[in-house]
Amino acid sequence: MNPITPIINGMAITLKHMFMKPVTLQYPDERPKVAERFRGLHGLKVSHSKAKCVACYLCPTVCPAKCITVEAGEDANHDKYATVYEIDMLRCIFCGYCVEACPVDALKMTGEFELANYSRQDFIYSKERLLEKQ
Amino acid sequence: MGIEILGLPMMYYIAMVAKVLVAFVFVLLTVAYATYAERKIIGHMQVRLGPMRTGWHGLLQPIADGLKLFFKEEIIPAQANKFAFLVAPLIALIPAFITFAVIPFGGVIEVAGYKIPLQIAAYYDTAAGQVYDVNVGVLYILAMSSLGVYGIVLAGWASNSKYSLMGGLRASAQMISYELAAGLCIIAVFMLSGTLSLTKIVELQSGMGGFDWYLFKQPLAAFMFFICSLAEINRTPFDLPEAETELVSGFCTEYSSMKYAMFFMAEYANMVTVSAITVTLFLGGWNGPLTAAMPLLGPVYFIAKVYFLIFVCMWIRATLPRYRYDQLMHLGWKVFIPLALVNIVVTGIIGYFL
Repeated sequence: MNPITPIINGMAITLKHMFMKPVTLQYPDERPKVAERFRGLHGLKVSHSKAKCVACYLCPTVCPAKCITVEAGEDANHDKYATVYEIDMLRCIFCGYCVEACPVDALKMTGEFELANYSRQDFIYSKERLLEKQ
Repeated sequence: MGIEILGLPMMYYIAMVAKVLVAFVFVLLTVAYATYAERKIIGHMQVRLGPMRTGWHGLLQPIADGLKLFFKEEIIPAQANKFAFLVAPLIALIPAFITFAVIPFGGVIEVAGYKIPLQIAAYYDTAAGQVYDVNVGVLYILAMSSLGVYGIVLAGWASNSKYSLMGGLRASAQMISYELAAGLCIIAVFMLSGTLSLTKIVELQSGMGGFDWYLFKQPLAAFMFFICSLAEINRTPFDLPEAETELVSGFCTEYSSMKYAMFFMAEYANMVTVSAITVTLFLGGWNGPLTAAMPLLGPVYFIAKVYFLIFVCMWIRATLPRYRYDQLMHLGWKVFIPLALVNIVVTGIIGYFL
């Protein structure tokens, strides 16, 4: 086979690509557009200025990584609520089963993906850190 | 111009030093920014950006790289041959630079009534009214480019490591086989020019408004010479001596710090040199339109042509994958050498009848 034409074709392609717009994202300066259904950091939904969670224990039950800790308590209106709600982000596999399991739609997954921290303790997200910002 | 040293006017020495400095600094800068240009060009050919964060669009990247390498730890393997290990990077680097001594990068310019030919190893004899340069310039280039292989073989041997040794062996086999073909391509140029002096070769290409290049008379030789030169300086697609996938980093596996930087510089300096030689032999050197009226246009044309060829080197690197070793040898011995010989015979026959 003629060995020259494939080389010329290849050179033409690389030259053409040189004038294309680079696909690089200058990350810390430019932010990526996170997809709507992206599974990032969890968020506890808030309604009437308190968390919707009723501490039913469905999410720690369904969690395949066993990373959710819930402790139930009773408030002044005799309503069940979560006194402790912790997610260990070092164990979490971001499968989203907890969100699917939740019967009161109290949990969601946000687009937040920068979850780096300095100590292992900081990866255990407490209820205060998980509550969605109002 | 009263003072004379060894029968030559003072101006001769000043011009000589100035030419050496200008050419050397220019080549060094080109080498430094060739690394940047390579990363940028290949980046854009792969639809990436290349270096962007050191200075405006990464313009300070070569300086940052140099500083980093300068402060890196110097490691000499315990079982290495120390003297050869230390001297090998120099042997690789120096021939790459001194080849520039005979390459004419411009015509004759006049400074303060003294005529200076823009070629380091040349001077204008006012009494005879002509330029004298190294009359075997091409042989000098061939000799120096063959010297470069010693640095690589020595580096491979002195490192006392199997990867380095294999890299060195590959380099020597490759350089020797491709040098033959490159030499045979140059012979075709001699047959047209009848001289080995690079100044004369460039002058002979000055016709037709500066476009009487040997490229048009010897397209096959020009093409083959450029490819063989790429193989001789171990550029992709012929970078087998430092094939990362098989040989870690080939002959420079054991090198670190500035000595590694010297090999790196030698590689890029070789690329600049090879482009300059190809320009001189086949692309009319510094010739171009209007050089007679404005002698300073000469260096501009020369630099533009050299940069274009450097761009082609990078373009080829972005396009082609590495050759297999048997393909490399096949291409060198069974394709290029016979083609170059046929080219010489055809040139001879045409030359005899014209």
